[in-house]
Amino acid sequence: MKTHEHIGCGSSDHFSRRTLLKAAGVSSLSFLTPLGDLLAVKGEKEKDRQKSVIVLWLAGGPSQVETFDPHPGKPVAFGSSAIKTAVKDIQIGSGLPQTAELMNDLSIIRSVTSKEGDHERATYNMKTGYRPNPSIVHASMGSIITHELPDPSVEIPTHVSILPNQWPARGGYLGAEYDAFQVGDPKGPVSDVKLQVEPERDQRRSKNLALVERAFARGRYQDLDKEKTLHRVTMGKARRMMNSDQLKAFDVSSAPASELNPFGDTPFGRGCFAALRLVESGVRCVEVTLNGWDTHTNNHEQQGERIKVLDPALSSLIKALKVRGLYDDTVVVCGGEFGRTPILNAVDGRDHWPHGFSIALGGGGIKGGRVIGATDPAGIKEEPEDKVKVEDVHCTILTALGINPEKEVMTGVGRPMMFSEGFEIEGLLG
Amino acid sequence: MSDAPPDLKRSIWRRNFTFLAFCLIASSAVIGSLWSTKPLPAPSSFDADDYEELDFQKVVGEIDFQFDRHWATNKINPVQQADSLLLARRLSLGLTGTVPSFEEIKALEETKEEDRVQWWLSRLFEDRRYSDYLAERLARAYVGVENGPFLVFRRRRMVDWISEEIQQNQPYDKIAKALIASEGTWTTQPQANFITATIDQNEDKGPDEIKLAARLTRAFLGVRIDCVQCHDDMFGDRWKQKDFHQLAAFFGEAEVSFSGVRDNEKNMYEYRYRRTPEKQKVLPIVPFSNELLPEEGKLRERLATWVTHPLNRPFSRTIVNRIWALMFNQPLVPTIDSIPLEGPYPPAMEVLVDDLIAHRFDLQRLIRVIASTKAFQLDSKSADENYPITREHEEHWASYPLTRLRPEQVVGGLIQATSLRTINAEAHIIPKLQRFFSQGEFLKRYGDFGADEFGEQAGTIPQRLLMMNGKLVREKTENNIFLNATARIGALAPTDRKAVEAIYLCVLTRRPTPEEYQAFVPAIEGLKGDERHVAIGDICWALLNSTEFAWNH
Repeated sequence: MKTHEHIGCGSSDHFSRRTLLKAAGVSSLSFLTPLGDLLAVKGEKEKDRQKSVIVLWLAGGPSQVETFDPHPGKPVAFGSSAIKTAVKDIQIGSGLPQTAELMNDLSIIRSVTSKEGDHERATYNMKTGYRPNPSIVHASMGSIITHELPDPSVEIPTHVSILPNQWPARGGYLGAEYDAFQVGDPKGPVSDVKLQVEPERDQRRSKNLALVERAFARGRYQDLDKEKTLHRVTMGKARRMMNSDQLKAFDVSSAPASELNPFGDTPFGRGCFAALRLVESGVRCVEVTLNGWDTHTNNHEQQGERIKVLDPALSSLIKALKVRGLYDDTVVVCGGEFGRTPILNAVDGRDHWPHGFSIALGGGGIKGGRVIGATDPAGIKEEPEDKVKVEDVHCTILTALGINPEKEVMTGVGRPMMFSEGFEIEGLLG
Repeated sequence: MSDAPPDLKRSIWRRNFTFLAFCLIASSAVIGSLWSTKPLPAPSSFDADDYEELDFQKVVGEIDFQFDRHWATNKINPVQQADSLLLARRLSLGLTGTVPSFEEIKALEETKEEDRVQWWLSRLFEDRRYSDYLAERLARAYVGVENGPFLVFRRRRMVDWISEEIQQNQPYDKIAKALIASEGTWTTQPQANFITATIDQNEDKGPDEIKLAARLTRAFLGVRIDCVQCHDDMFGDRWKQKDFHQLAAFFGEAEVSFSGVRDNEKNMYEYRYRRTPEKQKVLPIVPFSNELLPEEGKLRERLATWVTHPLNRPFSRTIVNRIWALMFNQPLVPTIDSIPLEGPYPPAMEVLVDDLIAHRFDLQRLIRVIASTKAFQLDSKSADENYPITREHEEHWASYPLTRLRPEQVVGGLIQATSLRTINAEAHIIPKLQRFFSQGEFLKRYGDFGADEFGEQAGTIPQRLLMMNGKLVREKTENNIFLNATARIGALAPTDRKAVEAIYLCVLTRRPTPEEYQAFVPAIEGLKGDERHVAIGDICWALLNSTEFAWNH
């Protein structure tokens, strides 16, 4: 079964006078500006806050040794150093000093394993919790969360991918409407949401369109849009988004420098700041991508450059979520599709390593200051201690969000599919 | 020049004037030609008599008879026949992923009404867009859309090879056989990419028997035996886990080296079944119709012969279902790669299979037969507004199903609809380049359905935003007389009525309704320059953003 449940849009306490006036201006075109809907839900009370997830996606495969699983002085380090953190006995890579201070708020899984060593397949695996299978496209974690935790007060897409590479999170069997809404560097407005013509001309276009729609609907269903196409309904939602004040969350250009600067003057830093504001607006899942971790040559130097971007962004995100009282409701996950080999290759690079790599996570009810699993400091044993499978990570995060991982959805290919086939990781949930 | 002698001055002025006059004549000729296009040459392969033959008519008649009986049994009245322009639009969208151009519509309207469908098909079959488009659709079923393993998988080469085979109308069984049993390198024998696509470079293994068996059963046999790769079928007792792995064992000899794909008799497929402690060697056995499997030969050759055997009807049913899906935007048997082995089958299926086998897997004939059936030629709306189309009509093929266009059809349609000239292999390099660059960017943002093309897909907010406010629609409706149909129509249409008509033909492949003429002709009447262009652009915008443009109908 393909679910045709839609990400509701409706009431909002962000609902502005400007939005109302805009809607009223073209109220004769009811399907384009569902004013009735907006007014009807205006008085709704704010619901209890539901949880969200922010995924900091380190695309290309970050090296666990230089980030969250250092082994200073051991054979796998090849000169990489470590620093102490706020939690006694936990060290992380020396390039992450700001994150180290927040170790009480973060936990590390150092023993994630998968069977996928190709970027595309491994990305699919990590984002869906399932290995690629020609018979079905699985739903990404973000799309499951969006599907399961709808919020009618949100007028913008609730599954967002900032700075996506070629494999952003997909809706899979849940449908394309659950695909992540993709945006670039949030230093400016989102593309395609700005009306390209003056309001008068827009109104004329809308009238033209209404005429064409009337002609097409004749002889087709009692209510073509409702019973079949949802074309005008979707267009109405797009219009609502175009008029929504919540759109401002995507654009960090007007944010106070004191709030934005700590994240770093980088697209990724701005992306993390936008993720914060989007979650604040009720968005369920935001993925922010930082590319460049595929370091087959000069590993230390290239990882170091990436880590310099990651550290201020990750730490500022956690701090800001805490200051705004959002951290208890927001799971932050940081990792990539796999790790990197414990040994350096002939050109000082590290290659792909899905046999024991790290992700950091915290917030949303996930305990901080924990370390799960361990890899071999000598780099001889391939299998890590306390192995955690990719699907276990999914199961744990879904559980933290209050979603039953074992819930089954009937897919379009007539096959029921569980949200996750993994097991909860012991000791991480409060 | 003021000091020059009068004769010289006159000569210079004469020269300048001549040059100016020449430029004016040349530019008016160019601009004029933008509107009054040359008649398109008739397709060389078209011969109306071919489709009058008893053999062809008998097959179409049998399919129509089956549908008539089906509708009578289900007490449902089919709707009226669609007009020929709409049929041409469906065929273009289904077989080239775009809409007919203005010049093509004019050429089509000059042919006899009763010949138009077959004439149009002849034209499409001679157009490279047809083979390229069909090749991409088939490739998605064979290898998906992933980039696949580095260096040893060249998807583009494989698609080009399939396209070339289709362009030459090679029998479909020959194409399938070449893919399954291919040997050689991925560059010189592009069909070998069907095998190399499954290599897992990380695991340092050869071709993956499980992935190959999954692709094979779905793409060529229309069965989903791969669902039982881990356990026996929980939803019925048809397939056992062994069925799948015994089929996979036919790929057990395949290996890849620097000389490409080859078979090595020493290799053998091994698998650890559930509740067995260790891997065991698996013998190659086909899951049904064992009598059709040759006893001699390399494993993959035997498998390829078995799969494509004329008596192995699932093979034919699968391609019939896929071609039907392309032409109707939805398969005849609802799930494209899951067709029951023993039936029952919907009307048309077995007749089409018989005809395909009798005509040696000729895909062009299959398409021509389907296009000639009553089911394909029905309208998608009811002529009587008091009795509109219902879900039952579509369910029983008593009206042409209304389906959402796939992303590549939307962008293909958009780019063609905003040009008067046909953008095909013969087109000028500029529109071709523009199509190439615009298409990729648009698809990325609109969303690509990937390999699951015929599943039900919902429309999305980003899609509507892209069509309402996106760069491509904006560029395609702006005032650019050399590239955009709207600008040319605005400047060159002989009357306002003709201008409105031309926009409708370009975008929706139909003429406006009386109500639409009545609204839009006065809207551009008397307008000049930019004002006129803006008004025409706004009509075009509405058509491009309509349900009618976004849905196949």
